[in-house]
Amino acid sequence: MQTSVINIESIRKDFPILKRKVHKDKPLIYFDNAATTQKPIQVIEAISNYYLNYNSNIHRAVHELAEEATAAYENTRDKVAKFINVKNRQEIVFVRGTTEAINLVTYAWGRQNVHKDDIIVTTEYEHHSNIVPWQLLAKETGAKLEYIGVDDNGELILDQLDGYLDSGRVKIVTFSHMSNVLGTITKSDEIIRKCRKKDVRVLVDAAQSVPHMEVDLQKLDCDFFAFSAHKMLGPTGVGVLWAKKELLESMSPFNGGGDMIREVHKYETTWNDLPYKFEAGTPNIADVIGFSTAIDYLERIGMDKVREHEMELTKYALDKLSQIKGMKLYGTNEIAKRGGVISFNLGDIHPHDLATIIDEDGIAIRSGHHCAQVLMERLDVAATSRASFYIYNTKEEVDVFIRSLYRAKELFRI
Amino acid sequence: MSSADIYREIILDYYRNPRNYGKIQNPDIAQKDSNPLCGDELEMHLNIKDNKVADVKFTGKGCAISQASASMLTELIIGKDFEYVKKLTKEDILDNLGLHELGPARIKCALLSLKVLKYGLYSYLSEKLKDTASADRIKEEASGLY
Repeated sequence: MQTSVINIESIRKDFPILKRKVHKDKPLIYFDNAATTQKPIQVIEAISNYYLNYNSNIHRAVHELAEEATAAYENTRDKVAKFINVKNRQEIVFVRGTTEAINLVTYAWGRQNVHKDDIIVTTEYEHHSNIVPWQLLAKETGAKLEYIGVDDNGELILDQLDGYLDSGRVKIVTFSHMSNVLGTITKSDEIIRKCRKKDVRVLVDAAQSVPHMEVDLQKLDCDFFAFSAHKMLGPTGVGVLWAKKELLESMSPFNGGGDMIREVHKYETTWNDLPYKFEAGTPNIADVIGFSTAIDYLERIGMDKVREHEMELTKYALDKLSQIKGMKLYGTNEIAKRGGVISFNLGDIHPHDLATIIDEDGIAIRSGHHCAQVLMERLDVAATSRASFYIYNTKEEVDVFIRSLYRAKELFRI
Repeated sequence: MSSADIYREIILDYYRNPRNYGKIQNPDIAQKDSNPLCGDELEMHLNIKDNKVADVKFTGKGCAISQASASMLTELIIGKDFEYVKKLTKEDILDNLGLHELGPARIKCALLSLKVLKYGLYSYLSEKLKDTASADRIKEEASGLY
């Protein structure tokens, strides 16, 4: 059963893993896409092609292999810039993932700019990766960490931001573009507009948004923007930090080492140009090259289509889930306000038990706190189950999932 | 091991109606631990009298396996000799639960209560009984459980 917007049948053929069976004979139904997505054969081949045919280190050597590898690596930077609509390719820094991007900012920007009694504002629905680095910075500098709360509809209570901003002590507001638990799409424009008026910096954790919707950084007027390749068909170990050039120039390096230097003397070193100042050491060349192919793949489908497909699938799933007696769904039921992530609890079945049961039917979902324990506390639950969709998921798979949930209810006699 | 074999009536019963659930005032042993991967939490309280487990209670939140396992463990050790409790093994717990073929992720749920118990015994042996040799042995067992 297709959704109306994309040709899933032909897409599914590109993902070898979707042909495998789990628990002997069950077709794999992969609903753990908010954790990481599967990889199309084109991405896998791009990576192996690099190792098979032009493996070499980049930027330094002058031989042919190095030139090919450097060109492929740098070509990805151009593609990323175009994908998120950034004008200056020098503003695209490759890192290991969103977590490292945020740590880079807290270390290199934070330690220069955040001082005692300053305020760092984050939200109750952040992933631990957008909380813990700021806690470390706050502890080191004596700054205070404040939270924008989440209402019962799973949306941020933005009035609380006004209160913090009025204090005049906020240095940065950092938030997730889309919640990895509730799927809520943050009203980024409103937050950024408020921050601009007060000259406050903004970091957007886009790990869950860039893979699933069109993002335009010319319109989204933030200061820092971070996301990961592996959540958008790309390999693990590659992420992007984007920041405005003036900011990156004003910041000290994060890691010291090769490639990030201009001249090294015994006691002093000058830094390389952007973005290399922040890319010390041999980078993850193969996977950056693979990432380029993942972007090609998504662009061929069209991010507007990706979003439309996920909205249709999410609506279909929410309609069916809400008919199950004892089902507790988290987050808003307005499809336009959320991505393809559904968190839920079924009766008194603990999410780990539920995930174990439906795994037997070949269905991979996530269960636990989803690295968002602050939000779990807010929702007053120890854990939730989470199903999250991508371009290769079908309504038919949702039907199997729903049947499996009824089987779990039977096993638990509810 | 299929879900039908795991979630038998008895496991669900202990999950929904846990025996010995609660706390002891001023216990001889109080120990808690959590599984950082899934957030399950467990706290055990014990009183030791005349070298026997005079009382034992637990509190916690988590899946059916972890909570049933904890509750069944309290029933297994109450009134037993302290020596018996010191010697409890992973196999004893899995026998008691009737769960033998759990995968690597779920076996942690089943063994969390034993881990908490062993760390509790370690503190008791080292701090109150000053029996460092036994204490160290139990600590090593606890850390090697999974």
